[in-house]
Amino acid sequence: MNHTTAKNIKETTGVDIDKCYQCGKCSAGCILADDMDYPPSVIIHMLQTDDQTNNKKILSSESIWLCQNCENCIGRCPMEIDIPKVMDYLRTESVKKKCVSHKAKNQLSFYRSFLDSVRMSGRLSELVMTICYKLRTFNLLQDVKLVPSMLAKGKLKLIPESIKNKKSIKSIFKKTTTSK
Amino acid sequence: MKLGFYPGCSLQGTSREYNESVKALAAAFNIEMKTIDDWNCCGASAAHSVNKELSLALPARILALAEQQGFEQVVVPCAACYNRLAVTQYELNQDHNLKSNIEQAIEIPFNNHVKIINVLQFINTYIKDKIADKIKKKFEHKVACYYGCLLVRPHKILEFDRVEDPTSMDELMKTIGATPLEWGFKTECCGASLSIARTDLVGKLSGKILKDAADRGAEAIIVACPMCHSNLDMRRPQIDEYIGKEISTPVIYVTQAIGLAVGITPEKLGLQRHFVKVNIL
Ligand code: SF4
Ligand code: SF4
Repeated sequence: MNHTTAKNIKETTGVDIDKCYQCGKCSAGCILADDMDYPPSVIIHMLQTDDQTNNKKILSSESIWLCQNCENCIGRCPMEIDIPKVMDYLRTESVKKKCVSHKAKNQLSFYRSFLDSVRMSGRLSELVMTICYKLRTFNLLQDVKLVPSMLAKGKLKLIPESIKNKKSIKSIFKKTTTSK
Repeated sequence: MKLGFYPGCSLQGTSREYNESVKALAAAFNIEMKTIDDWNCCGASAAHSVNKELSLALPARILALAEQQGFEQVVVPCAACYNRLAVTQYELNQDHNLKSNIEQAIEIPFNNHVKIINVLQFINTYIKDKIADKIKKKFEHKVACYYGCLLVRPHKILEFDRVEDPTSMDELMKTIGATPLEWGFKTECCGASLSIARTDLVGKLSGKILKDAADRGAEAIIVACPMCHSNLDMRRPQIDEYIGKEISTPVIYVTQAIGLAVGITPEKLGLQRHFVKVNIL
């Protein structure tokens, strides 16, 4: 068989999508299937077709960004196909190929803002992350109502925590992002 | 044995009451844990969603530091951090090339043998047998034990409890006099990191969980994950909107429930920090 898509996935993730026989258990158990444009079993099936149009549809789908890697699907899959791992691969490819669904832009912005904050100080600051997120998405007012009670409950740190060896974190980010 | 502690970022911020209750419980049972010096964020769901190497390198630095500092075992109360650390350890031990790439990225060579334990394993190993002698006031409530997804899956790697119907938290609740209920959402996902960008979906997913627990008469939902907690507690307005009525069932960390039973004050356990009032004290 000469499936480039399946081969690429196998090489990068170790997952053999050709083993899927479409029983549908993954989609039945997926808590987000209802809200997805393509549920997990359909994603695997479309990738099996090795068709460029299908690949493009998947990479620009909202599904891959709704998936929370809750691992329900692999837990129930009779062939133990690691769908969450495939989802990680698809998300990365989707960013690389610049075809992230416009419906998923905010979710990607959230992940990026999270990592910005970690890159800066080695630890996540909810405040820094939120500011980065708001600047990216222009959702300036979201959750503003929560701020006073979060402060009163001592849940919002105003000064970000920082690790001592910030250099090591910067270097980790540099090495892992430029090696691609 | 030198026991390490990895708090993770949530426990230093929005979930500080989890940190407070873990520490208070450890102190009550004379258990000494030392925080890993200069620990960093594990990258959580953000890193693995967009960059595989980064998602392995961040936890790898933590594992390497723990080893350098002489810890044999590390307690990781946050289910998300526990999952990332355990999965990273497994993946690096499976693949030598990958491990040496990651070692180069973090610039610390390491053996990768430190044992990572979650909060339930911690309680089972160090506390469970001693609870009976220390009970001050039984926690006589009907509870729904909510494990979430990250504590039990993937089973192949974590090898902890049953995937569909785990029981370790239920057993712990029995030791403090609580009645754990049979219910349908023990390991369903709460919506996890959709918390900021898709609060509507969190309202729906967490709403289903909360509604089932409440319908079956739970007086509290017991959790072991800061993400589950903040989605079920802080996102209550979105949940109530999805369900169409207000549900007052509080969400309590497993460490808080046990802490109350052994006589630690609600303040020391951080119960006043929850958004949904703990109405069963
Ligand atoms: S559960 Fe496994 S075999 Fe069944 S459709 Fe999903 S991926 Fe394919
Ligand atoms: S890991 Fe993703 S695809 Fe699989 S069940 Fe969970 S949300 Fe659905």
